[in-house]
Amino acid sequence: MDVLDIARWQFGITTVYHFLMVPLTIGLGLLVAVMHTMWVRTDKPEWLRMTRFWGRIYLINFVLGVATGLVQEFQFGLAWSEYSRFVGDVFGSLLALEALLAFFLESTFLGLWIFGWGRIPKKLHLAALWAAVVGSIVSAYFIIAANSWMQHPVGVEVDDATGRPVQVDFLAVLSNNTALAAFTHAIVAALMVAGALLVGIGLWHLRRRKLAEQPETDVDHRVWRRSVRLGGWVSLAAFVLVALTGDWQGKLMYAQQPLKMSSAEALCETEAPAPFSVFAWGKLGSNECDDVHSITVPGLVSFLAHGDFSSAVPGVNELQEEYAAVYGETYPDDPSRFGALAGEEIDYTPLLAVSYWSFRLMIGMGAVSAGIAAYALWATRKGRVPTSRIGVYGALLAVAAPFVANATGWIFTEMGRQPFVVYPNPDVPVGEQTWFFTAQAVSPGVTAAEVWTSLSLLTLVYGALAVVELWLITRFVRRGVFTGDGAPTPGTPTEGAPESREDTDDDVLSFAY
Amino acid sequence: MDLQTLWFAAVALLWTGFLLLEGFDFGVAALLPVLGRRPADRHLMLRTIGPLWDGNEVWLITAVGAVFAAFPGWYATWLPALYLPFVLVLFGLIVRAVAFEWRHSHSTDAWDTTWTRVITGGSLVAAAGIGAALGATTLGLPLGEGGTRVGGAFSGLGWPALLGAVAVLAFSVVHGAVFLSLKTDGPVRVAARRFALRWAPGAALPLLAWAGLVHLRYGTPVTGALWLAAALAVLVAWARLRVGREGQAFAAWGAMLAAAATTIFGAAYPVVAPSTIDSAFDVTVADASVSDYTLTVMTWAAAVGLPVVLGYQAWTYWVFRTRLTAEPQHGEPAGTHA
Repeated sequence: MDVLDIARWQFGITTVYHFLMVPLTIGLGLLVAVMHTMWVRTDKPEWLRMTRFWGRIYLINFVLGVATGLVQEFQFGLAWSEYSRFVGDVFGSLLALEALLAFFLESTFLGLWIFGWGRIPKKLHLAALWAAVVGSIVSAYFIIAANSWMQHPVGVEVDDATGRPVQVDFLAVLSNNTALAAFTHAIVAALMVAGALLVGIGLWHLRRRKLAEQPETDVDHRVWRRSVRLGGWVSLAAFVLVALTGDWQGKLMYAQQPLKMSSAEALCETEAPAPFSVFAWGKLGSNECDDVHSITVPGLVSFLAHGDFSSAVPGVNELQEEYAAVYGETYPDDPSRFGALAGEEIDYTPLLAVSYWSFRLMIGMGAVSAGIAAYALWATRKGRVPTSRIGVYGALLAVAAPFVANATGWIFTEMGRQPFVVYPNPDVPVGEQTWFFTAQAVSPGVTAAEVWTSLSLLTLVYGALAVVELWLITRFVRRGVFTGDGAPTPGTPTEGAPESREDTDDDVLSFAY
Repeated sequence: MDLQTLWFAAVALLWTGFLLLEGFDFGVAALLPVLGRRPADRHLMLRTIGPLWDGNEVWLITAVGAVFAAFPGWYATWLPALYLPFVLVLFGLIVRAVAFEWRHSHSTDAWDTTWTRVITGGSLVAAAGIGAALGATTLGLPLGEGGTRVGGAFSGLGWPALLGAVAVLAFSVVHGAVFLSLKTDGPVRVAARRFALRWAPGAALPLLAWAGLVHLRYGTPVTGALWLAAALAVLVAWARLRVGREGQAFAAWGAMLAAAATTIFGAAYPVVAPSTIDSAFDVTVADASVSDYTLTVMTWAAAVGLPVVLGYQAWTYWVFRTRLTAEPQHGEPAGTHA
């Protein structure tokens, strides 16, 4: 593999891994802030215990998100320096604003929340958590605005001397319709992740307590019951919003990146009405669209693209020719800029198998998650506790489903825009468009050995971290809300102190660190 | 002052702020095996930085973000030229962050010892790597045409990188010791002060040498005066520490870093990445900068955002201002010695 392929693998691995933490941070942060608010308002002990239990998982996860997020900011420069030079006038400022306006808020106030139990006034302490959560959401907006600018570059003109985009309208970059759709989609998808976690773990504890014949009247019972109910309703509501925002995003993408969407359907020829493919077989992997056959729902893709059941949707083969005519049949024959791909033919069709299956996994896993949420709500109706082994362990296993949906959604978005790293904006006349091929984005002076080294090192470290992290979270979850002798009386300062011996052996402040 | 100069100053300020803040948590982490041999002392040391290290680290993210935002040509030259050192910095910061979180999540001594060592190791690697990067970008990188590195993976690691690494490490360790003497009471305070008194003069030398070299190469009378101020601040810090005025010593040692960093950045301006191959390949502020429009947008955002950030971060430092002792204290912060 040459530098380009290794660097792409590195970006893919580190970013997908980082994005396992991100939706949980956003979604669970919001829900913990709600729990904490409910405790401050009602003074009911179950809300406090929920805040402490879920808050701890939120923090364990947050730290890994911060740690792996560091890599993101550096790797644009490390492995993708030509990309960084090209997009510098727009992209860097969004990252800097994210750090200035969001990361400081997030980390400073989270530190205050963690160490502030019993030290600062109750409402101020709650406000600190909300500030941190707002920080996470603001951060999501900036980074998605940066990504959406690559998907749909707006607010720029091309500089004649350098050929690079120059920012002329910052507000246009911030209000990019691609960013608005992707941001709302990502936020509600993050809530699905948090909802599934509450449902899966809550059901498991409820069932365990019932089998152990523990009382259904105590606070801990209410903790798990409320967690399941809250998580279930959040998941269902979020699923509806995910579908609506996804539809919005899909319609934008049919206009902005038609090849991404037609690849997602393996729609080879232009069709009117265009069908939705439920299942495809044949040689998706060959990237030869005509080798693919599928079971279809007539007219559905016309609806997804245009809102009616009859419009034409362009096929992959036609689009490939259109793009080749405008953006070139082959890469310029310049190995110093295009590496091994210099002079090669350009394939404007993203990998069909990846686009097709990641799109279906995203939707399918989202639906699984919503189904489990509905089951959990039904099974716990009117104070019931499910004891079905399949149902409860199914829900526990299905905690993974929205994570997979989030990851495949981004894999679809990012791999679906290949071969471009900055996609040409079709709303702009061709002569004024800006675009950049992934092949020309890598750092020219960096050797394959260096990128191999960092790829191996980061993958090994990430793998090891995942093992320890999962082990710690599993242990913590199994332990439940309180395991120490004598649960603290709610509302007193000791309630702010840690719950188990393992926390107290350090110091009172070690709620998280 | 034009916008490019203003943003160069902002970047210099962010790096200085980062070194001042993260410097002491790097230093405390580095001193864990030296001053924290007893578990209680170790835990006390970690508690001094527990609520602060993450906020401090955002200064690094913001500094790098500002380099990318204002000077993408600098960002795209500097990072790939020092690819492996930067990857090591990331490695150090990643393992250190999770170690802070995981250290107390399990109750065996071996577990605690392992993660405490990871905190120390990760901090040392990160501090040295960042020092190397800053040393190289102010004293010289093997840059060819278009800012592309000449030579192999290690060609960026010459004496400038080595000097920067040693300077930042040495500064941070003493900074951490002075911080501990200010933030704790009991045996750790005494030992930290003794350590700082012993090492402060020597630890300032590499930093002063680095600042002096940049000054001699590009400097002006102003940077010369700043260099003298930095040297003087070392003496003040040492003298204040001797008479037990830890707060003043901390301020003086910090002022030393600020003066030295201002000397370095002030003298290097407008060069952001000097080439050791040919000064024709030097990357300057003008080569690296974004458009005036983008700089204007960021100037407004920073003018509104930065004071707010400084305000609330200072406030959290105030909330956690109490001197800590090995006996954990419940409730509201008691009297302040800080």
